[in-house]
Amino acid sequence: MDFVGKEIPKIDGLGLVKGTPAYTSDLDIGENALIVKILRSPHASARIRTIDTSEAEAIPGVECVLTHLNTPTTRFTLAGQSFPEPSPYDRRIVDNHMRYVGDEVAIVAAVDERTALAALKKIKVDYELLTPVLNLEEALDNPVRVHPQQPFTNFPIGNDAARNIAASHYTEQGDVEGELAASEVVMEQTYTTQAQAHAMMETYRATTSFDVNGRLQVMSSTQIPYHVRRHLSRVLGIPRSKIKVLKPRVGGGFGGKQTASVEIFPAIVTMKTGKPARLVYTRQETFTCTTSRHAMQLTVRLGADRDGTIRAIDIYCLSDTGAYGEHAPTVFWVVGQKTLPLYGKAKACRYHGHALYTNKPPGGALRGYGATQGTFALESAINELAAKLDMDPTELRAKNLLGEGETHPELCGSTPGNPATLGSSSLHRCIEKGKALIGWDEKFPKVIVNDTKVRGYGMAVTMQGSGIAKIDTASVLIKLNEDGFFTLSHSASDMGQGSDTILAQIGAEVLEIDMDQIVVASFDLDTLPYDPGAYASSGAYVTGNAARLAAEDMKAQMRCAVASLQGVSPDAVTYGDGVFTIGSEKTMTLSELAQTLCSFNGKDMLIAKGTFGGETSPPPFIAGFAEVEVDLETGEAQVTDYVAVADCGTVLNKNLALIQVEGGVAMGIGLGLYEEVRYSGKGRLSTNSFMEYKIPSRLDIHSIRVAFEESYEPTGPYGAKSIGEVVCNTPAPAISAAVANATGVQVRSLPITAEKVLLGMIKNNVDPR
Amino acid sequence: MQLETTINGRNVTLDFAGGEFLYETLRRYGYLSVKQGCDTSSCGLCTVWLDGKPALSCSTLTARVAGHEITTIEALQDDAREFAEYMVAEGAEQCGFCSPGFTMTVLAMKRELDNPDEAAINHYLAGNLCRCSGYKGQMRAIKKYMGVA
Repeated sequence: MDFVGKEIPKIDGLGLVKGTPAYTSDLDIGENALIVKILRSPHASARIRTIDTSEAEAIPGVECVLTHLNTPTTRFTLAGQSFPEPSPYDRRIVDNHMRYVGDEVAIVAAVDERTALAALKKIKVDYELLTPVLNLEEALDNPVRVHPQQPFTNFPIGNDAARNIAASHYTEQGDVEGELAASEVVMEQTYTTQAQAHAMMETYRATTSFDVNGRLQVMSSTQIPYHVRRHLSRVLGIPRSKIKVLKPRVGGGFGGKQTASVEIFPAIVTMKTGKPARLVYTRQETFTCTTSRHAMQLTVRLGADRDGTIRAIDIYCLSDTGAYGEHAPTVFWVVGQKTLPLYGKAKACRYHGHALYTNKPPGGALRGYGATQGTFALESAINELAAKLDMDPTELRAKNLLGEGETHPELCGSTPGNPATLGSSSLHRCIEKGKALIGWDEKFPKVIVNDTKVRGYGMAVTMQGSGIAKIDTASVLIKLNEDGFFTLSHSASDMGQGSDTILAQIGAEVLEIDMDQIVVASFDLDTLPYDPGAYASSGAYVTGNAARLAAEDMKAQMRCAVASLQGVSPDAVTYGDGVFTIGSEKTMTLSELAQTLCSFNGKDMLIAKGTFGGETSPPPFIAGFAEVEVDLETGEAQVTDYVAVADCGTVLNKNLALIQVEGGVAMGIGLGLYEEVRYSGKGRLSTNSFMEYKIPSRLDIHSIRVAFEESYEPTGPYGAKSIGEVVCNTPAPAISAAVANATGVQVRSLPITAEKVLLGMIKNNVDPR
Repeated sequence: MQLETTINGRNVTLDFAGGEFLYETLRRYGYLSVKQGCDTSSCGLCTVWLDGKPALSCSTLTARVAGHEITTIEALQDDAREFAEYMVAEGAEQCGFCSPGFTMTVLAMKRELDNPDEAAINHYLAGNLCRCSGYKGQMRAIKKYMGVA
């Protein structure tokens, strides 16, 4: 193959590194726009008694001030999901009920930022203060209701606002309690994960205006342009045909921009004033007033026999969805869906619990989408079980992992009575390769470095999915241009992961042309086929399959066109490397065909399409191994080496896949060690800047070593599966296990700070040296 | 307010508001490579050169640049292109939003440091955050660009 599996540079890479204008704030409508700023609640729970905007409105240059009194009352969700979306409709554009510190009180639009900021200070609000619900443990059945009314849902998700339940889920295979009772060893532990921030470098932003045709034009840094259009249509009460969405380059998303956090605010300003409006969130707003990874508390029970046969897995989870339920049900489901099938040989498994409302910033989609939290809990528990059984944790896993060709009823795509089949997995090989790379057999569980430093070794495995089975469907269009080059149009919303490049690679592979003969259009929704967007690890697999189908369709159409022009049967025409041949005679080049079809006697400009939606969601896998050096005097842990061995099926682009793994591991190391989330006693997010919230810098990331152990996914394009999300799941549990092996201290709540390790050592009163 | 300064080798008169930061002024004058990523001078996205040295334009008052020389990546396209070739060969740019500021620091490092090791490179670039890449691909690109082992 010429392109698949190669190290193809990202098609926009050179331009981006050179600083070419490409992002929303570079391309939007210039200095003419009104600047939008938002007044936010200083209280975690309050009701607005009165709000007086008259002084603010009187400031010269203030165009409008919008509150709950003059904005639509339509309830909606900001979650970007295929309609009918599971997330509850629990928001208004602006409400009179404040549900977290940062909730929107008023929207101000003014001629410049200084005027807008000055106007915010002139708005007088009289709040009735309510008791906030600030702890996940206290949310269930708390007499204080975060949502006094039951939010509308498109279908049952087990929500019960009277109990602060945003969503519930219960799934059980086999008899969990029976198997636990019959198990020789039972282990139960509770693990907690924090509300990790996406911390993408480009903060949220959108600019709106009316275009020349009187349509609302929305330029946005979004992963979900089609869903944004649907949301806006619903909330603003205008047809989707009256909304034009433009998606420039996106400066990082990681799932954050799968929630339409900002578009509605400039949009309502433009609707009210008729004028262009621009909103750019500050970093503080990005931390405080958008979404984060759902913080969770997960209790895992494992039942096993002494030989290491796992009989039952039970996970009970409480998820903190904060003030609103964006992605609350689906993130919750995915916790079980992307963990239980790993140990599919167990006779029984169960996943259950609730996503709960609290008066904290909302949870949302973040790379891993529940699998990350579930993996931390289950993989930590598996490591603890291995210790209890005195077994090597790699052997315990190898003994119990679901294998290629086996079925599991919790795999995405299963229906009652029809468990989905694991079509591809090289996870056993990934573990073996990882062991060799890290030197597991020689070093596990620990190596004493000197009087004050010990290195511990730990590992974890994980799975994700590739798209959402039976729901998300993507399409790709390929157009043959008049000079014989192609335009591939799609709406998978490249946010840096390289979907534009991957799709062009697939197109070039099928069409047997150079990469520069296929250009990618992914900017203007008016010209793009439907795609749910960049989420659920769907780009390479779902849209990739669509691209392959479109290219094959184009190839077939071209042969038919040549046949028609030459008066022969399509079967007589062969195509290769840009040339059509009949018999042994070269008849036409691509360029000649294209010119003929577009301009002269052909009269048949060719457009091909491919549409694909997965019946299953083939899981990619990773085996991750951490070498963690712990300073016994300070408790500080450092990941001195991390080995990640990935099964993403066929690796479509070696460089892009490698960077996905390295970047995801770094994000996982941040989750594991550094990214501490703190709130004030009154519920204000304290960690609202890069000074307070530490993402890993280049000084914190030491060796990361990545290897690929390819499988072949029969339903994937050229055998490929996804890679984008699975990458951030293993570091936290692997690091936790390594710290435990180095020090004897098992930290079950993330992040694993020096204080937790040191206090644990003091409490244990055992010198690990 | 007005001041005279040099941007990318051209003498210019800048109109600006009191309290305006250089980042805002440069964007307003069309130097769109300059990005902002934080409110706390922590991320390095807004890095430009002030008299040939990396400076954070988000926390440099425009009023202070009178008589100084400002350089943005728009004036260093050939150098940036040379480095960019190494970056894209590693796939290390990903979303690219941090790239212009990061590249400005790398180009300054190339002029300043002779044969740096990984520790020296990391130290020099510590103020340039990236959330996508995990930094390893950037390091591979930098070492090839710098010609160091």
